[in-house]
Amino acid sequence: MRYTRRILDRELKKGSAELLILSLVETRARHGYDIAKLIERRSGGTVRFNIPSLYPLLYRLEKRGWIQGRWIERPNERRRRCYRLTPAGRRVLAEQRSGWQAFVAAINRIVGAERA
Amino acid sequence: MPDWKPELRRRLTPLRLSAAREKEIVDELVDDLDDRYRELQAQGVSSAEAERAARAALDTNEVLTRAFGQTERAADPEPTVPGGGGLFTAGTLWQDVKYGFRTLRRTWGVTAVAIITLALGIGANSAIFALLSAVTLRSLPVADPHSLAEVRINERRNATGQFTGLRPQLTYALWEQIQAQQTSFTGMFAWSNRMLNLTTGGQARYVRNLFVSGDLFPVLGITPAAGRLLGPADDRRDCQTAGLVLSYPFWLREFAGDPGAVGRTLRVEGHAFEIVGVTARSFFGVDVGRGFDIALPLCADRIVGGDQAVLPKPDGWWLAAIGRLKPGVSIDQATTQLKGISDGIFKATLPAKYTPEDANTYLGYKLAAFEAASGVSSLRTRYSSPLWILLAITGLVLVIACANLANLLLARASARAREMAVRLALGASRRRLVRQLLVESLLLSTCGAIAGVAVAQAASRSLVALLDAGRNAIFVDLQPDWRVLAFTAALGVFTCLLFGLAPALRATAIAPGTVMKATGRGLTADRGRFGAGRILVVTQVALSLVLVVGALLFVRTFRNLTTLNPGFQPVGMLATSVDMTPMNLDPSRRPEMHRRILERVSAVPGVDRAAEAAIVPISGNGWNERILGTDSKPLGISNVNQVSAGFFRTIGTTILSGRDFTDQDTTSSPKVALVNETFVREILKGASPIGRTFAIEPPAGDPIVPIQIIGLVKDTKYRTMREDPEPCLFISQGQEKRPEAYTNVLVRSSLPPSSLVAAITRAVGEVDPSLIVDSVAVNTTIAQTLVLERLMAMLAGFFGGLAGLLAVIGLYGILSYMVARRRSEIGIRMALGADRRIVIRLVVREAMTLLVIGLVIGAGLAAAAARSARSLLFGLEPGDPATMIGAIVGLAVVAVLAAYWPARRAARLNPVMALREE
Repeated sequence: MRYTRRILDRELKKGSAELLILSLVETRARHGYDIAKLIERRSGGTVRFNIPSLYPLLYRLEKRGWIQGRWIERPNERRRRCYRLTPAGRRVLAEQRSGWQAFVAAINRIVGAERA
Repeated sequence: MPDWKPELRRRLTPLRLSAAREKEIVDELVDDLDDRYRELQAQGVSSAEAERAARAALDTNEVLTRAFGQTERAADPEPTVPGGGGLFTAGTLWQDVKYGFRTLRRTWGVTAVAIITLALGIGANSAIFALLSAVTLRSLPVADPHSLAEVRINERRNATGQFTGLRPQLTYALWEQIQAQQTSFTGMFAWSNRMLNLTTGGQARYVRNLFVSGDLFPVLGITPAAGRLLGPADDRRDCQTAGLVLSYPFWLREFAGDPGAVGRTLRVEGHAFEIVGVTARSFFGVDVGRGFDIALPLCADRIVGGDQAVLPKPDGWWLAAIGRLKPGVSIDQATTQLKGISDGIFKATLPAKYTPEDANTYLGYKLAAFEAASGVSSLRTRYSSPLWILLAITGLVLVIACANLANLLLARASARAREMAVRLALGASRRRLVRQLLVESLLLSTCGAIAGVAVAQAASRSLVALLDAGRNAIFVDLQPDWRVLAFTAALGVFTCLLFGLAPALRATAIAPGTVMKATGRGLTADRGRFGAGRILVVTQVALSLVLVVGALLFVRTFRNLTTLNPGFQPVGMLATSVDMTPMNLDPSRRPEMHRRILERVSAVPGVDRAAEAAIVPISGNGWNERILGTDSKPLGISNVNQVSAGFFRTIGTTILSGRDFTDQDTTSSPKVALVNETFVREILKGASPIGRTFAIEPPAGDPIVPIQIIGLVKDTKYRTMREDPEPCLFISQGQEKRPEAYTNVLVRSSLPPSSLVAAITRAVGEVDPSLIVDSVAVNTTIAQTLVLERLMAMLAGFFGGLAGLLAVIGLYGILSYMVARRRSEIGIRMALGADRRIVIRLVVREAMTLLVIGLVIGAGLAAAAARSARSLLFGLEPGDPATMIGAIVGLAVVAVLAAYWPARRAARLNPVMALREE
């Protein structure tokens, strides 16, 4: 049981990882730890990103030009690297979001139909 | 706070990142770990426990290193998703080139058509430019050409005397004075061209001789290929013998490049000259477009000319002079110096025989210096304008061809829309995609340009061969120089941008989502492509109309000239020149010789009629004199010809009134002459000619001899076919006491003139074997004067036709595309009951719209362009309405035919099939 769950976990995470990150920087710029914390909190602990999973992904998204990272220095705060969504990223987020929603709805219909 | 850096650095070291990048990652991860540590502490976890938990977030050694390694090592984007990166990164550029090659190879048919089109277009342009460059732009292949300047009389008018050679600017007396008194040049030289005969009797064999002053080779810095070259010691005023120099090509032709030729003898005009050397391979003289075969010093003119030599004549104009400016002396400074010494020079050299009026003119001349870095060229003045026009023509054809290519590439771009959309969605930058497409276009252009260089070589050789007018052989150095190669390369880049940029921009301007969704009913997605295609076709139609009009103008000009009535019958006429100089006859004994020659030639079987003339019509030679009235007042200038009795019948021109010369007109009877209609109009002011007297202005001090007009003849062309009618008078050969040692015998026959050449040569040889004979059909000489017009007609006609064809192909293409694009619309219409005729009308209306707009624009352009070619036309105005209408109608007819097939295809559409495909 535990083995199956880990595989499912990993597969789901792989497919939705980009979507998660893009959506979290949609409204405001965030730094890496912020993003990881939000994901863990909002998923109720189901989805967790540790450092080797998060930062390489952030750097990949940055290379593709979907997010942009900048060292932000605020008064009374340490210098942090914050990421925000770019216009290209915004387009990709919209497409991935609609794609994901369609996928989820389809799965739900199949899975839910058996119960009814 | 624990120090995380050492451990982080340890894990990142195997990746061998740059110091800056490693620091950046380390800093960011340190922040993250610090945050985790602080939060855990805030939750009440012990420092040790918090540190352990934070480190756990780093996971194991290998995972971190590997995870970062995968990201950081991806310096090159995957080949199928070219995205990001700058525009000119070398590594990715090579990728684009390889990818471009693959793409082009896949559609090799289209690629082949494109490359062939480009090769022909670029090649034609380069060929003409090569000719232009050789004739007008190149400097002489001599040492430091830019310090050379020509010295001649500034705006010389109404010069009197005898003019021989291609550039008779100075007399020998003037040359001597200039040499002695000039101070602006380190060295000067003079030259003259003349055809000289190598045989000693019978059929002449003329070679191109260059008379050179002693300083020509030293000043120009020419080195010998064998032996030595002529120097100042060879050019003494009264030389009895002279050395002779061969040109390199002549040496190869005649002596097979044998170094033993030096020291041998060559007989020129019957006189022996020792060959002292051969000039360098690249030297062709200073007259661009003309080569030479042999060179003799100026003083040799006395030897070969005998009593007809030009050198001693004070009014013998035959030399041109060039000098090398002293360092620091400009052309203007040289001109000032020359102007200063002009008065003295012309006073000292004034010919004694000049009339007061001519003397006045002569004394008013001023010498000046002119730029001569690219040599002097009679070829340049003649061919410069037509060559520029030809370049414009081929340039326009290239633009039209590029428009076709652009349409082709636009079609391909539409077909690759999906490919572009997918790439864009996956993150490729538009700049990168545009660059990719441009690289493909550049590959096409480059292949086309390289092939074009080969085409250009072949084409320019053919062009020169076409221009080669027999006796006046053109010699142009067609080795491609940097100018031609740069021009070809520039054309390559220009065509690439012309036909590649727009399709590239258009192909990548699509929103990926739109194209990926549906196959596209084409109503919105391709509208842009259709609009661009239409503009291209309209441009093509307009430009090709310009070219078709040009073609018609030149073809008609040529036709006008060839069908022009020259006033006599050139067909069936042979002109034979006979040179008596080798006989060394006393001038008083020449009339007898003239008579015998004419008699003998007339007796040759096949000869219907024969007569003598000093000037053969339309041979390029001429003779004019000032005419005086009975009161010795000047009446004007008239052309002159000295002819025997029967001349007018021989050449086939009508005597309108009066009579021809007869045997009664002798050296002791009163001098008589016939005149032409223009003479009556301009010299006699319309007065009745028969019986009237006039006189030819004699040299100063000679008596005025009255001449009575005995006949009136029709106007005939004298020197060229293009000339306006000029006054001409004919005096009698039989009345000349001391005729020239040179004459032309004109022969009329119903047999082909060339078949009589051998017999006539033999006949003259029977009179005296040392007589030099040279025959040519009169028709041939006339055709040779029209070589340029023939060339323009041929090339303009060919390119005009080609342009029309390309435009029609473009029209056909866009109409086909329109029909294909609107299949569903047409299908719907037909399903709803539309007649086939309505469908055809749809297509035809589109065709007509494009055609009419193109023709209107083209007509305006054509009218403007034709004006620039006015000087080349003959017998019609640039705005000739018949030509314009003919071109428009012709183009329209062909265009309508081009519209026919797409229209038929549209009408034949099966509505059900068309709709189902959606």
